[in-house]
This record gives sequence, C-alpha cells and structure tokens, in this order.
Amino acid sequence: MAELVAVIASTHHPFYYRASISTGEERPPFADEWVRKVLAFRETLTRARPDVLVMVGSDHFHQLWLDNMPQFLIGKAPRYDANWYNEEREFGLPRMVMAGQEDLSAHLLRGGLDAGFDLAFSNELRIDHSITCPIITLRPQNDLPIVPVYTNIFAPPLPRPRRFVQLGRLIRELVESWPSGERVAVIGTGHLSLELGGPRQFGPHGPDPEFDRKAVEWIASGDLEGCLAEVTLDSLHLPGNATHGFMDFMLMMGVAGEGVKADYVDTYDLFHTMEAYFTWYPR
Amino acid sequence: MSKYLLNKFLFTVDRDPELVERYREDPAATVRWWEETQANRLLNCPEVESSTWLEFDDAEREALASHDYPALFELGAHPFLTLTLFIAVFERDHPPLGFQLEYARRLARFGLPYPDIAT
Repeated sequence: MAELVAVIASTHHPFYYRASISTGEERPPFADEWVRKVLAFRETLTRARPDVLVMVGSDHFHQLWLDNMPQFLIGKAPRYDANWYNEEREFGLPRMVMAGQEDLSAHLLRGGLDAGFDLAFSNELRIDHSITCPIITLRPQNDLPIVPVYTNIFAPPLPRPRRFVQLGRLIRELVESWPSGERVAVIGTGHLSLELGGPRQFGPHGPDPEFDRKAVEWIASGDLEGCLAEVTLDSLHLPGNATHGFMDFMLMMGVAGEGVKADYVDTYDLFHTMEAYFTWYPR
Repeated sequence: MSKYLLNKFLFTVDRDPELVERYREDPAATVRWWEETQANRLLNCPEVESSTWLEFDDAEREALASHDYPALFELGAHPFLTLTLFIAVFERDHPPLGFQLEYARRLARFGLPYPDIAT
C-alpha cells in the first residue's frame, strides 16, 4: 500500500511569489524573513521524499461557478494547467502546468463515493492559486504529479465544518489503502482570520488576532474536538468574512488525526492576514 | 433582486481583460450592453440555449453602472468578486494598497452581520 509520508497545512498567500522575487526598492521589508520561513517550511516536505502530492484547495470562482457548483471535487486528468489571467494581473503569478496522478484520483473518487461522499470530478481542471501557492512555496521545481481536491468554502450554502473533517479522515484512509508503492504527501491550504471585500480588509494584522491565536493552537495540538465545539458556519463570519477558508485547515486536521500534535509549527504575522505553517509526519 | 446576476456580471467581466477596460471607461454603457446581450447567456453553452428570465432590478443596475462598490456590498454581491474586479479597475490610480484601504474605509459603516451573500 501507499505510504502517507507527510501531512501539511498552510495558508496560501498569493503575494508571496512577487514578494519573494522582488529586488531593490520593490522588495517589501517583510520579504526576507518570509522567504526564510518558507524555505524552512519547504524542507519539511523535502525531507519526507514524496512521490505524489494530494493538494487540497478551493477554487476562487475561476472554473467553478454558481450555475453548477460542486461542494467537493476531485480532479482526474493527466495534466492541470494553472493560474488564471486575473491572478496574473493582481498577484503576478506565473502560468504553470502540473502532471496529474490519475490512478490515485480514481481511487479517491471510487472510495469516496463508496464511503458516502458524493464527490464531483473534473477531467479538465485549470487550478488556481489555492494549489499553486503551496507548489511555489513547498515544491517550486513542480516535479511531482498531483491529485487536486477542491472544497467549497466560498459560495454558500457551504458544507459544515464537521464534513470537512470527515473528508480529511477519509482522504487519509484512502491514501493508505491505495494499492501502490508510492510515498504520498497530503497538502492543504486555507486561511486563518481573513476579510476580503469588507471594511476590515488589509489592516496591519489579520482581522482577528485572537481567533488566529486559538486557531494555531487547535491545529498545532490536533485539538479537533475543541475546534469543532467552537467553530460553526455562523461563527466563522465573526473573525472576517473570508474566514470560512479555515475549514480547509480543519480538513487537514482530519487527515492528521485527532489529538496528533504537529511536528512543525511556524507563523508569520503579516499585514492583512497571518501566515501559518504546519507539518505532521504520520507514524 | 438577483444576487446571482450581479455576481455573474462581476465574474464574466473580471475574467476578460477587454471587458475590464470597457467597464472602467464607460460603466453605464457596458452594463447596458451586458444586460442586453450577456445576462442570459448560459455559460459553457451555445447561444441557442440561452436563458430567458434574467434581468437586474433598478438598484442593481445603478450600482454597477456607477461603480458603486459599497452599494454592491449592501446588495449582497459576493465580496471577493467585487473586490477583485474593482482592484482591476481602480488600483492603478492609487499608491500601493491605497485603493484597498480606501475600499475598506468606504465600507466602514457596515457592522456584523454583513449583508447575506447566499444566492
């Protein structure tokens, strides 16, 4: 069977790419420390020597739209083009192409359907910065095949937090039952407190530092029950209007397991939102 | 009221570089043209399969035609779509982050709960 060699949860900050390559007066004062932290985080994936990456993210109204909106979708394609014109325009993100691991996609789809998750699928998926940001930060050589998993954290009605956790648990079971000798890492990105298009956006810190402090503690300690006891679809409006992206972190806590402490934890307090990086090595 | 149609306008304009410029230069004419020719386009289908029933109400049409993003927020347009398109339209006229902060200031009167964005 395949081996789950790393579970990684991260924020995805579309400004990182531009900040990390900028020079001279263009280079923001926070860039050097940010790059240092990302390089240390990258090492936690490199050390696990993965062959395949399952990438959990959320389409930001790029390919998935309100006329036909899936809640959970898995890509199954030999290639994934990536990044969109408006991400190039706003964030300076490059166009990318990733290889797909179709056999693992098929395994997750079949196993998910049989386990009670009516997963949608896509055979032609252009992925966006929720998945390309962690490729840029964690595996910039972009040399491994991926399985994209998209969740709806964006267009209500949304699945409830517990459903994200359940999907995370299931992804782990399915990866570990994949008849293959491959080494698999599961990487998911979301947000801590975040406001987009509202009055609290682009402040000197994330919109709710107290939520961020609690969120980092829940994730770092694997405190799924504590997190589920406090976090609801309604409560997530309070820390910032885009904070439902935290449910992708909850999915990753489901992959990592109840009560399992992260082996690596780092954060970086930036304007607009806090960066947070977590790695678990399953044993 | 059609939050869905507001979002459809923001979504289809934001992803098209030429439409972004048209909307910047002449928002009223762009909104009029879009409502007449694009509002009922069923995306991913040939024109012969268009919808028949989608139109803005007056407040929605006016908010779009006047670049009034606080009004769009109040009407329940998806804030991510509104933010992304208006950054494309206006960021170039401001110093770095200047437009994003002005945007926040212009929405400062809104407290929780924000207008419902469910469609």
